[in-house]
Amino acid sequence: MPAQHLKKRFDLRGWVVPLGLLALWWLATAAEWVDTRLVASPVAVAEAAWQAAISGELWQNLAASLQRNLTGFALGASLGLACGCLLGLSRLAERLVGPTFHTLKQIAPFAWIPLLSAWFGFGEAAKVAFISLAVFYPVALNSFEGIRATRRELYEVAQVLGLTSTQRLFKLLLPSAAPAIFAGLHLGLIYAWLTTLGAEYFFSAAPGIGNTMIDGREHFAMDQVIYGLVVVGCVGIVLNHLAGWIEKRALAWREPHHH
Amino acid sequence: MRSDFLSLRQVDKRFPVEDGELHVLDDISLNIRQGEFISIVGGSGCGKSTLLRLLVGLEQASGGSLQLDGAPIEGTDPERGIVFQDHRLYPWLTVEDNVLLALLNSPLSKAERLQRVHEHLRLVGLEAFARAWPAQLSGGMSQRVAIARGLVNRPKILLLDEPFGALDALTRAQLQEELARIWLAEGITTVLVTHDVDEAVFLGDRVVVMQPRPGKIGRIVEVDLPHPRHRDHPRLHELRSDILRDFARH
Repeated sequence: MPAQHLKKRFDLRGWVVPLGLLALWWLATAAEWVDTRLVASPVAVAEAAWQAAISGELWQNLAASLQRNLTGFALGASLGLACGCLLGLSRLAERLVGPTFHTLKQIAPFAWIPLLSAWFGFGEAAKVAFISLAVFYPVALNSFEGIRATRRELYEVAQVLGLTSTQRLFKLLLPSAAPAIFAGLHLGLIYAWLTTLGAEYFFSAAPGIGNTMIDGREHFAMDQVIYGLVVVGCVGIVLNHLAGWIEKRALAWREPHHH
Repeated sequence: MRSDFLSLRQVDKRFPVEDGELHVLDDISLNIRQGEFISIVGGSGCGKSTLLRLLVGLEQASGGSLQLDGAPIEGTDPERGIVFQDHRLYPWLTVEDNVLLALLNSPLSKAERLQRVHEHLRLVGLEAFARAWPAQLSGGMSQRVAIARGLVNRPKILLLDEPFGALDALTRAQLQEELARIWLAEGITTVLVTHDVDEAVFLGDRVVVMQPRPGKIGRIVEVDLPHPRHRDHPRLHELRSDILRDFARH
């Protein structure tokens, strides 16, 4: 199949730039074109990562960040889904809460930090609140718009078939909004990871990948900073793929194989 | 058999528009026998689809009365099944689950419902596609599923709103034959709205010819041929030319 060949070739081409950059990085540090105190060599970074992995420090920090990330995501996503559905289903709720909601969504999550720290302090609660706030808006907005975008023609079918309001919710409105809801959750997952790092910077120090990097910066250990960076990127990729995979399964009806 | 199983008396429909109101249906009176196949034919703007929406209960008449089996038609009810021009299947449900949707609130047991669904999928020749997604079906197949969904609850009447209008000519002819066969098998009172005069005379016991602005009944043509019919019967051609002459005049 020619299409598959093409795909494979492109996959390989995708490796050219990263590998080239890695080689350039190694060359630049080995030939000392750059100050190795500022840019650690790939070998030093790999060593730092290996040391952190066998000492268990890496896993402890990673687990702490992921727990924070997923707690914030779960909280923000469930509240967002509930709020978005309520706004989507009830015109009254939209009239009451809608304007406030649409005004507050203009405020960037980072702008909430002073207020959040005043309410929740600088500990774990503030971090989780910050992350869930960042997740809440894309999930709420997408659920709301997804439900509102339900086609009137399909709604008439529910009317004609005499579906109850619960049946309409589960057989029509939620499945119809599912692609939008998944898009919101996906976005929320990305924001959650971004703000997990942000939270570790802005609130008090505790185990976490962001903290590993701050420590590295303070001790002028660039190998530690860079391996932290690599771990952050890898986690982002894994979360993103996981979300894509779940989305594809759940929405199999959109692109089924043809008979 | 009651001769006024489905009865429309002086039905009138107006829609409010920006500068006043739009008069869509004017003084529609019609009695339909139990088990009869009625075709309603007319050009665009004659209100034939609105008439069907009144019958299914998605719209309310501005005046007059509509009754089915002696009871006034108010709102939608599973005893009135409908097939729309666009199949309107739920893309996130399999073929089987789409048809099952019409039985969600039926008193039947789960096994009986499933059996009923499969009976009807067999009736439209799609039993092998029970687990397929709507996106995997052709337009004609989707419309067959919609017909199965419209019939599965054994409604008192089946309403068809230009059901084959979006299909290619070959598929359309094939589905017309199938509809005739299904109607003979089920004996269900059927109202078909169409702009295709051939289709109207081929399927209908009577053809209601409508005229536009505001929509009213021009005349009612009796198709005096027994079912099953042959598409090339000279009598059908005569009736068709006769009805088409009506449209040429207006």
